[in-house]
Amino acid sequence: MSQVAVDKTIDARGTYCPGPLMELIKTLKTAPLQSVIEVWSSDSGSSTDIPVWVKKAGHEFVYSIEEKGYWRIAVRKAR
Amino acid sequence: MRRIAILGGGVGGTMVANRLARELREEIARSEVEVVLVGEEANHTYQPGFLYIAFNQAPLERFVRPQASLLVSGVRFLNVRAKKIDTASNSLQFENGDSLTYDFLVIATGSHPSMDTVTGLKEGAHSFYTAEQSIALRNALASMESGRIVIGVDVPHKCPVAVLEFTLMLDEYLRKRGKREQFEIIYTYPIGRLHSLVPVANWVEPEFERRGIQSEFFFNVDNVDPDKKIIESLEGSSYSYDLLVMVPAHRGAKVIMDSGIGDESGFVPTDRYSLRMKGSDNVFVIGDATDLPISKAGSTAHYEADTIVANLVDELHGLPADHQYDGKVYCFIEGGLDKATYIAFSYTEPPKPTAPSELLHWFKLMYNEIYWLSVRGLL
Repeated sequence: MSQVAVDKTIDARGTYCPGPLMELIKTLKTAPLQSVIEVWSSDSGSSTDIPVWVKKAGHEFVYSIEEKGYWRIAVRKAR
Repeated sequence: MRRIAILGGGVGGTMVANRLARELREEIARSEVEVVLVGEEANHTYQPGFLYIAFNQAPLERFVRPQASLLVSGVRFLNVRAKKIDTASNSLQFENGDSLTYDFLVIATGSHPSMDTVTGLKEGAHSFYTAEQSIALRNALASMESGRIVIGVDVPHKCPVAVLEFTLMLDEYLRKRGKREQFEIIYTYPIGRLHSLVPVANWVEPEFERRGIQSEFFFNVDNVDPDKKIIESLEGSSYSYDLLVMVPAHRGAKVIMDSGIGDESGFVPTDRYSLRMKGSDNVFVIGDATDLPISKAGSTAHYEADTIVANLVDELHGLPADHQYDGKVYCFIEGGLDKATYIAFSYTEPPKPTAPSELLHWFKLMYNEIYWLSVRGLL
């Protein structure tokens, strides 16, 4: 799981607006197909919000790993 | 003589230039330091005014002043368009063929709404993020008697609360004209609640219910059919509309892209605390031009200006330039046409809700005038 190569990391810890999911949506728009984007979020809600949107939008949820005080959530651009 | 060049005459650039000129008055008088503001616009526009223009609350002229009239003594204004930023040679190249070297640079080139990022958007949608768009929207709203108004949001965009302000003001605008019953208002949003900020989303949810405003979450615009008047999301839903009002995706300035110093969207990689451009010691970035995952808003630039000015003054005085931006953002939120609230937060302080009041609305209107003092570096 942690061997997945991350193409871009967004450090959205401690940011509330636009927030980690909006940052992910923004980044996926310009990312190449199949690239993996990892978001760092200190908002526990991100670990549930992000997978819900990823499924709706047809991308691929890769992992969510809890670190000390934040989550690393990875998504692969699938369309 | 050492020169500080500030590229961009919006909120951040103008504030930094004026505050530096005040802080460095003596050095400027002795010709030891020069503060140069490079701006391509001869006029300075207070962009929050666009919202009021759209609802015919004020004309454009109320929100526009000559840029030169806002600059204090000690700021040299170059009204030119920059073509390239060359950080290797510490110089700016202009479209008129001139160039300017600098010792320190502040990039304040802003973010710019683009109606070209989604198919059919330019032809099929209105917006309120430029003066021209607000005037066109004002005229479209004034001539409508009934129909479905769909509101959508693309990312990234400046002033993240503006879309909620627009929606609530639209509801009241239609009520005050006695035609709300003839309209359907549908608000769509990219994520799973009404706004990024949880307290704001919680506050506005019962407001939407009370006002009969419909909403859909997880709606990211994919395309617009301007002939059939249909908007489709990449999540697979769609709406027909009579009037579509979009907050379009924003991009960084062309000069950032052309200079090869921006990310895919033209925003400059920036250290979130020092506000220096990553990989550079003498270039700072302010406001919407940064790639920081924080609100692109005038107040962000305002607070960032404190950090950048303090660091530049210390740099020139040979002191440790270690001032850090704490991520502070403060936003007024219009809750209709006669009530407002505000939200404030930082990297370490989460946002807390504040009850809307008529007093805050009047304070917001007052700030629209106070801004002209603020941008001169007086507040």
